[in-house]
Amino acid sequence: MNEAGFLKASKEERLSISADRESTRKVVSSSPEETESLGERLAKKLSPGAIVALLGELGAGKTCFVRGVCRGLKVKERITSPSFIIINHYRGTLPVYHIDLYRLKGPQEFLFLGYEEYLFGEGVTLIEWAEKAEPYLPPETLSVSMRIIDETKRELSFSREPW
Amino acid sequence: MLILGIETSCDETAAAVVADGRTILSEVTLSQDLHNLYGGVVPELASREHTRTLVPVVREAISEAEISYDDLEGIAVTNGPGLVGALLVGLSFAKALSYSLNKPLVGINHLEAHIFSVLLERPELVPPFLCLIISGGHSNLYLVESLGRYRSIGSTRDDAAGEAFDKVAKLLGLGYPGGPAIDEVAKSGNRDFIKFPKARMKSGGYDFSFSGLKTAVAIYVSKLNEKELQKRRADIAASFQEAVVGALLDNTIAAAEEHRMARIAVCGGVASNSRLRERLKASSETQGLLVFYPSLELCTDNAAMVAAAGNFRLENFPPDDLELDAFPYLELGD
Repeated sequence: MNEAGFLKASKEERLSISADRESTRKVVSSSPEETESLGERLAKKLSPGAIVALLGELGAGKTCFVRGVCRGLKVKERITSPSFIIINHYRGTLPVYHIDLYRLKGPQEFLFLGYEEYLFGEGVTLIEWAEKAEPYLPPETLSVSMRIIDETKRELSFSREPW
Repeated sequence: MLILGIETSCDETAAAVVADGRTILSEVTLSQDLHNLYGGVVPELASREHTRTLVPVVREAISEAEISYDDLEGIAVTNGPGLVGALLVGLSFAKALSYSLNKPLVGINHLEAHIFSVLLERPELVPPFLCLIISGGHSNLYLVESLGRYRSIGSTRDDAAGEAFDKVAKLLGLGYPGGPAIDEVAKSGNRDFIKFPKARMKSGGYDFSFSGLKTAVAIYVSKLNEKELQKRRADIAASFQEAVVGALLDNTIAAAEEHRMARIAVCGGVASNSRLRERLKASSETQGLLVFYPSLELCTDNAAMVAAAGNFRLENFPPDDLELDAFPYLELGD
């Protein structure tokens, strides 16, 4: 198990997870409903093979955002946290792979899971706790960093212009 | 029937031999001790670890039961829900064993196996009854109309109950698994210290939701410094636990009333929570309900419950063939 056979991205090409890059778009959501709507709005921009990395602490609204993306992709199934099972599949206008790396100890375990096939598949891959897979995410990944401002407000920072 | 059960749906590698769905002859679950035997911590999530450990675990189950492979009358294996890679290891092994020994094979739904974790030890529990399955991956309420006939009347809309315990334990700097850690520290805490929102659905039905509660704890904790957290840890744990237990209890009791169930079975890892048991005992006594739990070892994932469910399946239905597949999102009942 090494990364050689997997992603050949050089260090420079790797996704740089940083909320403060110049191209970052910041949005403040004032409720879970609004966070969901932002996800729904993003869904319209996603094409097969799209990867969205969701970053942020417990309670930041990652699953909520995913629920919105899924609504935008007309997923009928209930969106629940995949923390335990690591990955949920949903069927929408595109297949959706909802991955949650919460329980992983680090990037090595991500490789161990063998999920790279999802990343280059026909569906949309949404990854919660993407910090834990950072070195292995392709450069075209859109990262969304979510920060708790207070009880209801969240700040969402996109790694590039999402709309 | 003498059934070998195999369980690899998630982190535990387990095998057990159960006679007639009632008598556990052996139950081997790969625990930390066994991990040490294999030289270090087994990566929690890797299905290839099941590949490495399943054969010795099955061997140990057979030898502990003091039987030979020839004595077996069936092989039961969890084929969903769970991690697909992990499920496939157990399933492929069970198929190979079934083929080579020429013994009937049966795929078992992990959730049905949990229901059998109670039935296994409590012959007096007969359907119809209400069953609450609460673990790290599941929070489900079923009407068990008869054995093999289950009606789902509630499940989680976001996080599972056990998942909420694990995540909040981490926020509080407590260990993993979070359930026992919170249970312990909560004993010295004030459960009325904070009124966390009780995870109850507004829109009727018996669904659960624990994500908002988790977020409320996260925000509360984020406002404390290390010293304050130290001081309040037990109170936060106790208040959080009270909210989870309250939601589980309210739904279960209300469902029992609506569906006129006099018996309630509670199983899965969270069923060992002491506060849940205490409050359920109090409520059941007032309401005249009988509550059944598995023994503590059978609350968490194990293979004895798989073997017990397999016994029921093989006695009442034709066995599965070697085309049997694994279903990570397998549901139970209608």
